[in-house]
Amino acid sequence: MKVKHITRLLALLAAVIILVPMTVAYAADDGFSSTYTYNYDYWGEVRESPDAYRVSQIIYSKDLGLEDSPLKAPRSLFVRDNDLYIVDYGNNRIVQLTLIGTKFEFVRIIDHVTVAADQIEAYKEQSDLLRDEGGAYFTDEEGCFYFKPLAGSSADRGPKALTPEGVTTFFNPTDVSVDPEGNIYVADNGNYRVILMDKDLNFKQIFTKPSDSTFDQNQAFLPNKIVVDTSGRVFVLANNINKGLVKFEADGVFTGFIGANQVTYDLWNYIWKTYFMTKEQRSQQAAFVPTEYQNVYIDHDGFIYATNIAFSEYDLLWDGAKPIRRLNAVGGDILIKNDRYPPIGDLDWVEGSNDHGPSKLYDITVLDNDMYMVIDHTRGRIFGYDPQGIMLWAFGMSGVSAEGAFNSAVSIEHIGKDLIVLDELDCSVTVFTPTEYGNLIYQASEEYLDGKYEKSAETWKKVLQLNANYNLAFIGIGRAEMRAENYKEAMDLFKMAHDRDNYGRAFRYYRKEWVEQNIWWVVVIILVLVAFFTVRKTIRKVKWEVEAYEHNKVAK
Amino acid sequence: MSTTKSPSNAVLRKEHPRLRRYKETIKYAKYVMFHPFDGFWDLVHEKRGSLAAAHTFVILFLVTYVLKLMYTSFQFITAPIQYINIYERWASLLLPFLILCIANWSLSTLFDGKGHFKDIYMAMAYALVPYIIIQLPLILLSNILAFDEGAFYNVLMSLSMIWCLFLAFVGLMEVHDYGPGKTLIFIVATIFGALVILFLLLVFFSLLSDAFGYFASLYREIVFRLS
Repeated sequence: MKVKHITRLLALLAAVIILVPMTVAYAADDGFSSTYTYNYDYWGEVRESPDAYRVSQIIYSKDLGLEDSPLKAPRSLFVRDNDLYIVDYGNNRIVQLTLIGTKFEFVRIIDHVTVAADQIEAYKEQSDLLRDEGGAYFTDEEGCFYFKPLAGSSADRGPKALTPEGVTTFFNPTDVSVDPEGNIYVADNGNYRVILMDKDLNFKQIFTKPSDSTFDQNQAFLPNKIVVDTSGRVFVLANNINKGLVKFEADGVFTGFIGANQVTYDLWNYIWKTYFMTKEQRSQQAAFVPTEYQNVYIDHDGFIYATNIAFSEYDLLWDGAKPIRRLNAVGGDILIKNDRYPPIGDLDWVEGSNDHGPSKLYDITVLDNDMYMVIDHTRGRIFGYDPQGIMLWAFGMSGVSAEGAFNSAVSIEHIGKDLIVLDELDCSVTVFTPTEYGNLIYQASEEYLDGKYEKSAETWKKVLQLNANYNLAFIGIGRAEMRAENYKEAMDLFKMAHDRDNYGRAFRYYRKEWVEQNIWWVVVIILVLVAFFTVRKTIRKVKWEVEAYEHNKVAK
Repeated sequence: MSTTKSPSNAVLRKEHPRLRRYKETIKYAKYVMFHPFDGFWDLVHEKRGSLAAAHTFVILFLVTYVLKLMYTSFQFITAPIQYINIYERWASLLLPFLILCIANWSLSTLFDGKGHFKDIYMAMAYALVPYIIIQLPLILLSNILAFDEGAFYNVLMSLSMIWCLFLAFVGLMEVHDYGPGKTLIFIVATIFGALVILFLLLVFFSLLSDAFGYFASLYREIVFRLS
């Protein structure tokens, strides 16, 4: 009887233990598609967090009325104000959308440039520079201005360059950029040029292979990514050019390279190559050359951000690889990194799984509040960092056919705080909108930058209610406490976030305060101790002398 | 009166001679720290040290290590307390210490080193004293220093380490009556010796488990056949 009782009790207990967490888990599910958001704690462990972003819409070709000619291998996105430009690489065109309310509407297809009659000579002259690209431009009997590949070159790489009507088309465009006046720059990779047109697609200018001797004349000029600064300077990331970005002035004059990727230099490799390899072996090995960047972005201050995917993964954690860089005028990396881990995307990954390896940051976009988001091609994740290089969040998946999962994410852009991601294989554009949690984080950071420290602390407290593992919130509240001269509270908060720098600062004030308040006690205690030891010493000396005297007396 | 002999405090207090010796050998560590050449020579050859004191220093070293992990301000130490297993940490300090002592003894006996195993152990234990003396106050210091004053902490930290290594070096030199060059060679040899010992231990345990497995399966086979 008794045993039966106990077993029943145990069964009940087991049932409760199993069921209670289950019900809790179900209650937490609110039916929205989650993007699996997480963050890394101080020890590099993954800590799940509330969703910072959720998918608000996914745009396919059919949503744009492009059923007849759907997007084909789109390469890149560009945003100017509310307009979104998709580089439709496979169809040799640019698709322009615009955001009306919360919906993206199709605007137009940009697939040609009209060269006005008085511009034709200028066009030909500028194009003429392309003569030694392994082919030649010339005019045939019909009056078409052609690009003709050299005899023996494998592919028919020359589309019609200029029809008699003065129309030129793109061939494998890879990137687009639009300036505030609406002038459109297209990286026309297959035509070895960057072409500039006004907003009505009238030809303005061509940026092409520099005739300068610093540019290797045996190399073709294959523009891959372009950025344009406010004064019209064009920075081109070209294929097979490892000296950095090719820089053109607004008038098309080549003025050098900036921001060369540093040479990856490995001492052991060097010794091995220099002393232990035969000449034949050495000649078959690649030389030590700097690698190309993967992508570039120019922020609202005119700083160029670049991402890099060619590195050895062992260089990542000690920050030797620098997959994200912020280039200054002379090309140095000035990205701020104040976190324990450098901004590299995922900190660890399972070897041997399907999508193993380090994060490959294919694109970067910088929000107006200087926070930057990068897209990881390996696992289809988006990583957000604040201007101090501290990770805000990571979310997204790859492979799974769910909302917010990517097959091959290649480009990221933003309108306001919405993030727009382009998937090359799905030919889709996914729009993420920040949740309440994400917005609170933005709001708190912006309030702090505006000098509204108390307000910012209040917002951070709300963030903390949603995610008690959020280090930035502890730091934010701690800063406000420090301003309010509550140093002890500030110290506790900074300690929670493992922020040594700020903790040290708060601690200095705290220590000063403490010493000012307690200096009298300290002096008194020291005096008492000194007095105690002097007295004890004297007593012992006297005692010893007396005992020695007695001892000697006995000995005598 | 000229023949007056001053009795020591200990004699007057009538302490147990073993306790007295223990205290004296502990106190002798101070002399070793500041006069390592003389100190280590006398430590073993003049019997100025004791095993009890050596054990004390090793235990204090382990305690200091744990206190350091637990109470050093987080500004100066990255110790993931939640993941730390103290016994594991202790083992990872003690085992190399003992294996290195054994390796050094095994090699130096073959090459006319004067030290017995006991002497080597004692010298190494006495060499740990600066670590204890410096690191214990350093725990307190770390809690009254701010992050940007970390230079003080780091200097003292390195000082304790360098001092310990220097003492260990001199200790080995004096214990075996070697010259500095020979000591250096033997330190390198000791490290290799320790690796050999580790290898032998691994082989031993894996063979042991194989042997155990063999007899276990033999027994199982017999039981199966008989039943």
